[in-house]
Amino acid sequence: MNIHEFQAKELLGRFGVPVPAGRVAQSPQQAAEAFAMLGAPRVVVKAQIHAGGRGKAGGIRIVETAEQARAAAEALLGKPLVTHQTGPQGRIVRRLYLEPAQEVARELYLALTVDRRAESVAIVASTEGGMEIEQVAAANPERIVSEVIDPLLGVAPFQARELAAALGLREHQPGAFSRLAGALYRAFVDTDAGLIEINPLVVTAGGALVCLDAKVSFDDNALFRHPEIRELRDPGEEDPAEVEAQRYNLNYVHLDGNIGCMVNGAGLAMATMDIIKYYGGEPANFLDVGGGANAERVAAAFGILLADSRVRAVLVNIFGGIVRCDMLAQGVVEAARQVKLSVPLVVRMEGTNVAEGRRILRDSGLNVITGSDMADAARRAVEALKQA
Amino acid sequence: MAILVNKETRVVVQGLTGQTGRFHARLCREYGTQVVAGVVPGKGGTSLDGIPVFDGVAQARRATGADASLVFVPPPFAADAILEAAAAAIPLVVCITEGIPVLDMVRVKRYLRGGTTRLIGPNCPGVITPGQSKLGIMPGYIHHPGHVGVVSRSGTLTYEAVHQLTRLGIGQSTCLGIGGDPIVGSSFTDILGLFNADPDTQAVIMIGEIGGRAEEEAGQYIKQHFKKPVVAFIAGQTAPKGRRMGHAGAIIAGGQGGAVEKIAALGAAGIAVTGSPAEMGATMKAVLDGRAQHAGSGRPG
Repeated sequence: MNIHEFQAKELLGRFGVPVPAGRVAQSPQQAAEAFAMLGAPRVVVKAQIHAGGRGKAGGIRIVETAEQARAAAEALLGKPLVTHQTGPQGRIVRRLYLEPAQEVARELYLALTVDRRAESVAIVASTEGGMEIEQVAAANPERIVSEVIDPLLGVAPFQARELAAALGLREHQPGAFSRLAGALYRAFVDTDAGLIEINPLVVTAGGALVCLDAKVSFDDNALFRHPEIRELRDPGEEDPAEVEAQRYNLNYVHLDGNIGCMVNGAGLAMATMDIIKYYGGEPANFLDVGGGANAERVAAAFGILLADSRVRAVLVNIFGGIVRCDMLAQGVVEAARQVKLSVPLVVRMEGTNVAEGRRILRDSGLNVITGSDMADAARRAVEALKQA
Repeated sequence: MAILVNKETRVVVQGLTGQTGRFHARLCREYGTQVVAGVVPGKGGTSLDGIPVFDGVAQARRATGADASLVFVPPPFAADAILEAAAAAIPLVVCITEGIPVLDMVRVKRYLRGGTTRLIGPNCPGVITPGQSKLGIMPGYIHHPGHVGVVSRSGTLTYEAVHQLTRLGIGQSTCLGIGGDPIVGSSFTDILGLFNADPDTQAVIMIGEIGGRAEEEAGQYIKQHFKKPVVAFIAGQTAPKGRRMGHAGAIIAGGQGGAVEKIAALGAAGIAVTGSPAEMGATMKAVLDGRAQHAGSGRPG
């Protein structure tokens, strides 16, 4: 789960992480008031969307008067901001965050993430702040350093010193950095974060360390023990079909193709997308109905699939293990009737109770195209699309 | 032989009385698995379907000689269940539970380091040695005893591969899912090491997916140490960057974990990588036939 920058900064501030004191504005009037309250000669107005690349896209502006703040808000609020991470349609800006502008001497990069290879949290740092870390990794990998944190020890002082030295911090700064690293690590562990990225972490003209931006995401599997973090979710930033899918515990990811697919199991669902592509089609989605699927969930899944107006054919690929084919067939039949299915439906079914499942489909009166195996089903779905 | 489990394996089921635990413990037993105990805190002294229930794993191990644990405990308590099994020195722990917080697994892996417990999973279908023992949720009947090992990060895609093999008349030595989470107990490389040493396994199907670098590391290992043919498929070739594809670990992030790099790494290791998930069995058949012909033609006379 992702949160907005202003939420991330508020959260990190509570752990003692140095963040600028900012204010949220949802209207031009509020932006003007926020400017006045901040009392700084120069203020940064930042569009709050769940995507990076805001600066280059014009979503971050510096203003010097309340009127300028109001004008910036009028230009940004309620309009889509298109960055390289949003896709061409962009994201509607609903909130702004205003902060006093900092006198920046240096821009650094700092992040905490779970290092899958080390099987621990790692702190990643770079002198190349303000750039995307992937670009730094590609062009100047030697400028990225990282320290793996032992979960039994936390951030050891020597590790903080090594990172501080690699960042070229001097005098009182290594001490401040050590406190910052410790605070970020506590925030990471206490909130079950998946990523905390401070880019840039700046050294101000006065020599202080300040987190100028903050991106925080959380481990969805741990949200059950953080009700206060669940409250920070902004459904406005998420795909409506994906929000709907979550209600039914379905794993759904919206893609750009036109063959809708419904599969049980994440691996098989990915493989189904792959085989559609292999035979020249384009998958419209990833959809795993999961191991505990029942007829109701299957019906909900079907509804979500067909709500996508680009879907021109549907491919159902089920390997019944725990999930029984007859139950799934029942769900498909019910759903197809409810939504008055008007696009070709290809079903490939294998596994537990498959004979009964096939009988239910055959007797349903629905025009179901049967695939004998995965490849056959994918070919038939692509073929049906051409004829439709 | 096979690996990890056989008909001698004595299993304690943690979370036996939950809906999932009870259902699958029954199916495992019907398959022939020796389910000797259940562990449910607070229900020690009772029994379920004729299986004695204990309050703790150590107690269950002392009373029944269990040497493997199958964990169905719900996510909030699953990490603790794994730790409990490890503390009781259970040699093999298979954790089916999906949805364990990743930082819980960071602590579990730190605790397991240097110990004697091997963990399979979490978020996996389990382990089966066809015809002998099943510790997991896979449908037993699709399997057939034989000499091809199957190791995968996924559940249903493993069933798909097994089904293809069985339909082609190719049996399996041991099949297992290592789990779809970012941090799992055993890696591809760990399991390949076991298959390498197993005289019953003549070839291996490895089913990877996007996310992490476990497949690349396995490719390195295979190139340097693995003596048997390997067929591979990588799921998620069409997955977009930055989106989690169902499995918590299936995500292309930070420029890492893409299918293209994995396929290239495996290809460079001399592995037969199929681009179609429908061809896993057929590719293995071709590899086995090719080798048989090759061996045949090399024989004098």
